[in-house]
Amino acid sequence: MTTALGHEVAPQTAQRGDRFARWISRRPVAALTIAIAVIFVLWLVFAPWPEEFENVFGRKRLFINALFNGITLGGLYFLVAAGFTLIFGLMRNVNLAHGSLYLFGGYMGYEAGVWTGSWLLSYVFAFACCALVGAAMQVLIFRRMQGQDLRQTLVTLGLSIVFSDLMVWVWGGNAIQIDTPDYLMGPVPTPIIVAIKSSGDAVFLQYPRVRLVIFIAAVLIGVGMWLALHRTRIGMMIRAGVDDRDMLSVLGYRVQLLFILVFAFGAGLAGMAGIVGGTFQSISLGEDSHFLLASLVVVIVGGMGSIPGAALGALIIGLSEQFGLVYFQNYATVATFVIMVVVLALRPQGLLGRR
Amino acid sequence: MAISHTRETRIGGVDSAAPPRWIADHFAILLLGLVLVLLPAVASNFVLDQIVGWTLILGMIALSLMFLAGYGGMVSLVQMTVAGLAGYMITVFGASSLPSISLFWPWWVAAPVAIIIAVAFGTLAGALSARTEGIYTIMITLALASAFFYLTLQNWSIFNGFNGFTTIPAPIFLGINWKSPVALYYLILFFAGLSYVTVLYISRAPFGLALQGTRDNPRRMEAIGFNVTAHRIAAYAFAALIAAIGGILLVWLNNQISPGTAGIEATIDLLVIAVVGGLGHPIGAFIGALIYVILRTFALDSLVAVGLDGRRFQTIIGLGFLVIVLFSPDGMIGLWRRWSARARSQTGKSPR
Repeated sequence: MTTALGHEVAPQTAQRGDRFARWISRRPVAALTIAIAVIFVLWLVFAPWPEEFENVFGRKRLFINALFNGITLGGLYFLVAAGFTLIFGLMRNVNLAHGSLYLFGGYMGYEAGVWTGSWLLSYVFAFACCALVGAAMQVLIFRRMQGQDLRQTLVTLGLSIVFSDLMVWVWGGNAIQIDTPDYLMGPVPTPIIVAIKSSGDAVFLQYPRVRLVIFIAAVLIGVGMWLALHRTRIGMMIRAGVDDRDMLSVLGYRVQLLFILVFAFGAGLAGMAGIVGGTFQSISLGEDSHFLLASLVVVIVGGMGSIPGAALGALIIGLSEQFGLVYFQNYATVATFVIMVVVLALRPQGLLGRR
Repeated sequence: MAISHTRETRIGGVDSAAPPRWIADHFAILLLGLVLVLLPAVASNFVLDQIVGWTLILGMIALSLMFLAGYGGMVSLVQMTVAGLAGYMITVFGASSLPSISLFWPWWVAAPVAIIIAVAFGTLAGALSARTEGIYTIMITLALASAFFYLTLQNWSIFNGFNGFTTIPAPIFLGINWKSPVALYYLILFFAGLSYVTVLYISRAPFGLALQGTRDNPRRMEAIGFNVTAHRIAAYAFAALIAAIGGILLVWLNNQISPGTAGIEATIDLLVIAVVGGLGHPIGAFIGALIYVILRTFALDSLVAVGLDGRRFQTIIGLGFLVIVLFSPDGMIGLWRRWSARARSQTGKSPR
């Protein structure tokens, strides 16, 4: 892939390619297995399934739908878990009220949608509301008990109890569905064959436009966060704070302000995810603990404090939930649970986590 | 207990007062035990089982959490799940209203099997979380507890999904029908007392002292030759045993079990109980449980009586919890200790 020159000149891409080639030559069996697996998955997705195969594994339509739903659900989980992992990474604060922020954002977005009639404006509103609540939590409470991990976590737990009860009070126990705007309604044709008609025509997959759009938005937000963390000054401060908070503050950076910003941003992201959740499924009582659990598992699997880890974890958990629902309903959550246990047993810091 | 007391007297600076106070402490516990034993003579069956019995069971399960958190520094949210699993297992192996799932084994087979399964689960959960440090424990155990809750909710072949099980009677043995309120009360009292005394004993035994060492400084304990992870896992196993017995008693008391028994709310309530009571001493678990049970039983009516919405019970619990965490992190025990220390220092000053 590269010449010997690659070593001396060492531009970044050449170095990467070189590392890739070396990895392949070091682990030929693993590389071959991965290559075959990738080809197999591509075949599963794009080729029409032969009849015998469908007899064993069920209809291809089910598989493709589970795949797409899993990936888009992973996008939603990423939005929730990214804020959670960012807050945890920087402030060592396990924010157990994160699920409540998600639910609060969903309700606020719903209200804003009812007032203004604009789906996009509701995102802005939900983000602002949740960011305000998050900043207030950091300023009023967590700032006073810095370094006391357990106490902070217990406070977030108490807050989540109060928040969820207050939200039941205001919005009741019924599920609320956020309407998809007209311009995102309806399905999108995709070039993926799900079945062959008896006449020989191929049936192509139609997938809801809104889910695809939201997934793309989640990817863009993820890439944007990665760029912000790695290419901007404030991102550099956050990364430095994750590594050594005390040193950063000794160097004269305004750590407290950074904490407030990160908490507000993470909370706002959870709030926006609430609208996404309300559009995908619905928002109701109990969703807060569902999404708190999801973000816990995502960051445990992906690695605490790591944004790429959150993305990977969200994808894995989203897929495992959807495939679990389709292929073994009685034990759907066990799949997620088993993944978490295996990761914890083999790599306690998470797939992309650092010690 | 002994350790904390010597420390406290040193802080208080009144050494001469130490021995009688120590006796007085024992006196209080003995008196409490006597009152509890004689309670059936005066109390109604409702008070016996639904107030005191429930308190003692919740106290036992909270005690297992207190043991891990107070002595081991591991806030495990999986204890209610261990109790719930034991409860489910005794209905699956023992008797219930669902002959399609329950195996109707005799209680002396079903109960040990249920306890063994629950303890195995609790130990496994401990082994998973003991390798990670501090605050991670709370995340991992909360995830495990929620996973179990969703499993019981979705699974119909073992856990009977949303409905759970009803009609799970306490067995008849030694010629006594343990279903009857007074007999069940004594059964609960026996196990609660036993686990309280055992936890107190272990806290002063070499194992308990080593565990407290791993809480205070795991690195140093490792350096002087203790296997920190093994101590932590052993602590989880012991705590799971207490929680499992509590879970079985809970099922016999309530005569039913459903996903909510070990749901996320119940898991969090248990932590609230342990923290509000105080993680510094085993009695804290029971104090927290008593406060919780009294609130749970009477708060609805009294809230309505003062013109508030009775449904805001959770807000009251959450706010109370927040107040305790913000202003007295060592719970009711801490409040009482500080209050008595202040009272003592004032009486010490007044003669001068």
